Amino acid sequence: MTRGALAALLISAAAASPAAADELEITGNISAETRLFPFEPIHKGQRRHLASLYGEVEYYQEWTDSGDSLTIKPFYRYDSSDPRRTHFDLREAFWLKVMDVEELGRFEFRTGVDKVFWGVTESIHLVDIINQTDLVEYPDREEKLGQPMLQLSVARDWGTVDLFVLTGFRERTFPGRSGRLRSALVVNTDTPQYESGAEDRHIDFAARYSHAIDELDFGLSWFRGTSRDPALLPGRDRGGGLVLIPFYQQIDQGGIDAQYTTGPWLLKFEGLYREGQLNRSGKEQRYWASVAGFEYTFFGIFGSNMDLGVLAEHIFDSRDEEANTFFFGNAAFAGVRWTANDPQDTELLFGYLQDVNTPGKNFFVEASRRFGDSWTLSLEAQIVSGTASDSFLADLRRDDYIQLGWTYSF
Amino acid sequence: MLSKDLRPLNRPAFGLFGLAVAALALTAPVGASTPEQIGLEIATEADRRDTGFGDYVVEDMKMVLRNRQGQESSRELQIKIFEVLDDGDKNLIVFDRPRDIKGTALLTFAHKVGDDDQWLYLPAVKRVKRISSSNKSGSFVGSEFAYEDLTSQEIEKYTYKYLRDESLDGLDCFVVERYPVYENSGYTRQVVWWDKAEYRVMKVDYYDRKGDLLKTLTYHGYQQYLDQYWRADKMVMVNHLTGKSTDLFWNNYVFRTGLSERDFNRNSLKRAK
Repeated sequence: MTRGALAALLISAAAASPAAADELEITGNISAETRLFPFEPIHKGQRRHLASLYGEVEYYQEWTDSGDSLTIKPFYRYDSSDPRRTHFDLREAFWLKVMDVEELGRFEFRTGVDKVFWGVTESIHLVDIINQTDLVEYPDREEKLGQPMLQLSVARDWGTVDLFVLTGFRERTFPGRSGRLRSALVVNTDTPQYESGAEDRHIDFAARYSHAIDELDFGLSWFRGTSRDPALLPGRDRGGGLVLIPFYQQIDQGGIDAQYTTGPWLLKFEGLYREGQLNRSGKEQRYWASVAGFEYTFFGIFGSNMDLGVLAEHIFDSRDEEANTFFFGNAAFAGVRWTANDPQDTELLFGYLQDVNTPGKNFFVEASRRFGDSWTLSLEAQIVSGTASDSFLADLRRDDYIQLGWTYSF
Repeated sequence: MLSKDLRPLNRPAFGLFGLAVAALALTAPVGASTPEQIGLEIATEADRRDTGFGDYVVEDMKMVLRNRQGQESSRELQIKIFEVLDDGDKNLIVFDRPRDIKGTALLTFAHKVGDDDQWLYLPAVKRVKRISSSNKSGSFVGSEFAYEDLTSQEIEKYTYKYLRDESLDGLDCFVVERYPVYENSGYTRQVVWWDKAEYRVMKVDYYDRKGDLLKTLTYHGYQQYLDQYWRADKMVMVNHLTGKSTDLFWNNYVFRTGLSERDFNRNSLKRAK
């Protein structure tokens, strides 16, 4: 959290009514996790396995009469193999004020650190841009760092408008020298470069309009500020060794996301247009990208309570081979989601991502099941194969892994 | 999600329908009334008596799932219901336990005709997902209740046929058969026991697609709120095929809490705790 956001949070906390809290809750979870890599690593210093302990606690306090609430959610992970994966983050720490303005609708003000998700698709989250990826957590990029912000949200009959002032930038986390799932050259996170002279104090702006009309849910979004995706430029660290230096540029991005829900079908689309981002060759290139697909669910298969969902999505990037994503500009995704609908909430998701123009592919499996009231067992596996030598995936070709986790929730 | 199955009020039925039904109840059907017309009249009267509650909140709901061996697991949740007069009701459900799904919330706009609209909120990723609601016969969170058992019970969702009068645990009841007209129901028919005095649903037998008795739902501990609206403290669903059962406890009903439509949108879903 930046000093500015902290000050804003404290000021709004001080200004709030001193009345006793109506509700105070402390909840959270703690997990033990182990990850095994069956293949010898390619890069020096990397390990064959890791063990990790992590957890988060949520403190929530609400003053119903005044419409105020405070949420604080710190996260910490200890990791045995990579010191960079041992890290702390304030995932959330915000003050929320809800106010009805009779004619104008219901206003929500958030001040502090929060997480915001935009989008509908499963294989990639294109339009989602508010929060930085906490990449050391998992390679699927689903974990995010807390973002300091001021947010105003108004819900009306004709839709919802969200306005964001993003006060302070979060750098992406990257695995260190001993970590797996990294590029051949380690990303040096000590000396990030910025296009803006304000560096990580640059203030970004974002806006979103979203609405649901019958079967259609859609959102239009716009972002101006520091790109969450750094270009990785070759450079030297302080000792003169070759490293990659993250370079964060100023970008403009427009986004659209939509889902049409009919019967067992979910039809999904996300598209973005971005200016100001370096491509793979290190040139600034405007581009657009899209992901379109569906999810179809067979409910109650074989006369049971079990559901089977089939997912397919196509990912396109107009930069084609100049796309600096982990696959090239054209990829297809297929997945199967099995939900047991049993008292233990047993779930299994299988995914397959294929680069259309190269043999590069990625398989993954995620499964989880609750035991008793408080314990959850989770399993995850990743396989990368068929990687061309010039692909980003080539560095990960020996990083297949299987991971087991035990979580206690309270 | 609350069944309007738990409808009825205590006022003597002075309405036209009420008189007609009361007369029918005491005597053989009069004139041109067919069993279908009588069945519809009973359902309509039950619905009329439960109209106008506005909104209510049940802070402490508990679901106890029991398998054939008697092993139990439970869920704790909260529900907010907002009455929509010209369509199905809106409701918001938030899970509190088990803790790994705490904060998971479900927003439903029920419709008299066609699929409901449903959004699911996943707190870990702060994501709102519009989900398919065509899965009417599917289990609600692993329980013996299907989504269609719990959604807003609108008159238009069934056709009816009055079967007989019968005493159930000492209460005089109408026994009415009803047939789902919406798509993807898991049932061919349901048999409903409404008590004659208050038009409260006392029991429902559910028959599966093969026509066999699948489940029985019973209502317990009815209490009256706002001098009009009857709500049960406990509902028990027994599955005759699997031997599993689910007890659903409704503790602390609060009516007319001042909720508005603004409390039932995607923003309020994200804020639900």
